Amino acid sequence: MSVLVYTESEQNKLKKAAFEVASYAKAVADQLGTTVTAVAINSGDTSELGNYGVDKVLKVSNSDLENFNAKGYADIIKQAAEAENAKVVILSSSADSKYLAPLLAVGLNAGYASNVVEAPSSISPFTVKRSAFTNKAFEIAEIKSDIKVIGVSNNSFGLVENSGSATAEDFSPSISELGVTVKSIDKATDKVTIADAEIVVSAGRGLKGPENWGMIEELADVLGAATACSKPVSDLGWRPHSEHVGQTGKPVASNLYIAIGISGAIQHLAGINASKVKVVINTDPEAPFFKAADYGVVGDAFEVVPQLIEKLKAFKAQ
Amino acid sequence: MKILVCISHVPDTTSKINFTDGDTKFDTNGVQFVINPNDEFGLTRAMWFKEKQGANVTVVNVGGAETEPTLRKALAIGADAAIRINTPATDGFSVAKQLAKVIEDGGYDLVIAGRESIDYNGGMVPGMIAGLTGANFVNNCIGLEIEGTSATATREIDGGKETVATSLPLIVGGQKGLVEESDLKIPNMRGIMMARKKPLTVLDPVDAEAGTRSVSFEKPAPKGDVKLVSPDNLDELVDLLHNEAKVI
Ligand SMILES: Cc1cc2nc3c(=O)[nH]c(=O)nc-3n(C[C@H](O)[C@H](O)[C@H](O)COP(=O)(O)OP(=O)(O)OC[C@H]3O[C@@H](n4cnc5c(N)ncnc54)[C@H](O)[C@@H]3O)c2cc1C
Ligand SMILES: Nc1ncnc2c1ncn2[C@@H]1O[C@H](COP(=O)(O)O)[C@@H](O)[C@H]1O
Repeated sequence: MSVLVYTESEQNKLKKAAFEVASYAKAVADQLGTTVTAVAINSGDTSELGNYGVDKVLKVSNSDLENFNAKGYADIIKQAAEAENAKVVILSSSADSKYLAPLLAVGLNAGYASNVVEAPSSISPFTVKRSAFTNKAFEIAEIKSDIKVIGVSNNSFGLVENSGSATAEDFSPSISELGVTVKSIDKATDKVTIADAEIVVSAGRGLKGPENWGMIEELADVLGAATACSKPVSDLGWRPHSEHVGQTGKPVASNLYIAIGISGAIQHLAGINASKVKVVINTDPEAPFFKAADYGVVGDAFEVVPQLIEKLKAFKAQ
Repeated sequence: MKILVCISHVPDTTSKINFTDGDTKFDTNGVQFVINPNDEFGLTRAMWFKEKQGANVTVVNVGGAETEPTLRKALAIGADAAIRINTPATDGFSVAKQLAKVIEDGGYDLVIAGRESIDYNGGMVPGMIAGLTGANFVNNCIGLEIEGTSATATREIDGGKETVATSLPLIVGGQKGLVEESDLKIPNMRGIMMARKKPLTVLDPVDAEAGTRSVSFEKPAPKGDVKLVSPDNLDELVDLLHNEAKVI
């Protein structure tokens, strides 16, 4: 009756989010007095999972699933849950995990809580806290079904190290028809994605035009951060849609969010409120973002950002 | 082609979020309700299928009578018919079960729902419908073309996008990109008049067990005041981020 966790990988390497969900699974397993089993698909070396509390890894190698397929992956995790008699299944909040989670929940006839931000406050009844109303509130939800599926919000639980070791076993579930085939993938592999990033550097209409994004990218580079933008910036075509964050764009749950030339409209803030520390750089001291931020600089981005880059370079060189 | 668009009735994006009854209920006082933004993109895409490929478009909501103005708005935008399943939407799993029944009875080829609702943020209803009906499923869909029973869809992935091939019947979790903001239709007078004559069928719910129960709501703790740093003293900002906030 272990807790099952799906640990995601990318190009045969476990993602950082895999260690966070493993840490979360360990916390739940401790509450339930049981062990943690991970299921890893085409993952390469998984021994590091032991450091985050995983006792056993079910390793699946399947060349038909080199590309992510929600139905195929949900099928595998379902069979792993059944094999382990798992009552709780933990996933991350990546686009892929959110895609497969509802299919898995139906397969296991399980209640599913997404965007969960803390370890369960109680296991009987099974109660979790999740963000709702696009980060404007939290919902305390009880999962009523026998089996529970939990999607953990990225960066909400963090990594918790645990000295242990994980045994590995091959696992060969049967895969039914996939129904959806990947034709092409268009992805910048050398860039940090908003979903994975610990730091996000974001800029708005205050930057005046797409030609001014050089300094934003440089700042992001120095910090190892992902770049993002406000909605009008992507609507104007200054930046790709995939960078649009906010209520109608991507959610951001980074440790640090730096907003440059962004006014702080309610719809923008809704999407980034889950970020832990917020910095605003804006010429207008009345900009609403100052009410939502932890640190602020009232100043011209074209002067402040280049200086900040220099200061950060000096700091990193120390 | 028969298309069903799932419409979630949600507070407008500018709404102040408050709770009543000991923080167990969303306070609808003074709140304007709208079509969930992700669903609005899907509805407009469905209108294009109707205009260019002769599709028939039905909209559906699981909810009480208070959601009917939102369904009427969808009819005014151009949907042919509306269905309301008369039961409060309290949990994604039970909503998906209600919708799955309508989909099976209606024989829809394509179901467009939103990637997520902006109130519950479950991100679960479209995937659960797919799980329940066995139809193909593409989430975070930002582009969709259909020829006969074959479909090509583009979906947003972390850090980029992916193009996939699939076939009908198909369930889509849609978002901006299916159409652009500037493509969204604002209902005109004629649309509003016509909507009054279009059928809005109220169906009784089926038995559908919920997976979760909402116990209560909390608002985030109020934030302390912002610490201002002078633009001439950015060393201080670096120091604060390193030593105080511990994020760099
Ligand atoms: C239904 C709906 C959904 C929406 N969803 C989203 C969403 O998901 N995400 C989102 O971002 N928006 C969203 N919006 C739009 C939102 O309301 C705002 O219009 C938008 O966030 C404003 O973007 P901005 O801050 O870049 O631009 P502006 O509001 O134009 O602000 C620019 C800021 O830059 C500052 N500035 C100007 N020059 C400089 C300079 N040299 N240096 C520093 N600062 C400078 C100005 O003082 C100003 O504060 C939505 C709106 C609606 C109606
Ligand atoms: N009560 C409902 N009635 C009809 N469709 C719904 C309802 N709730 C959710 N949906 C659909 O499912 C999508 C995702 O909702 P959710 O799972 O709540 O995030 C929404 O964008 C709608 O398309």
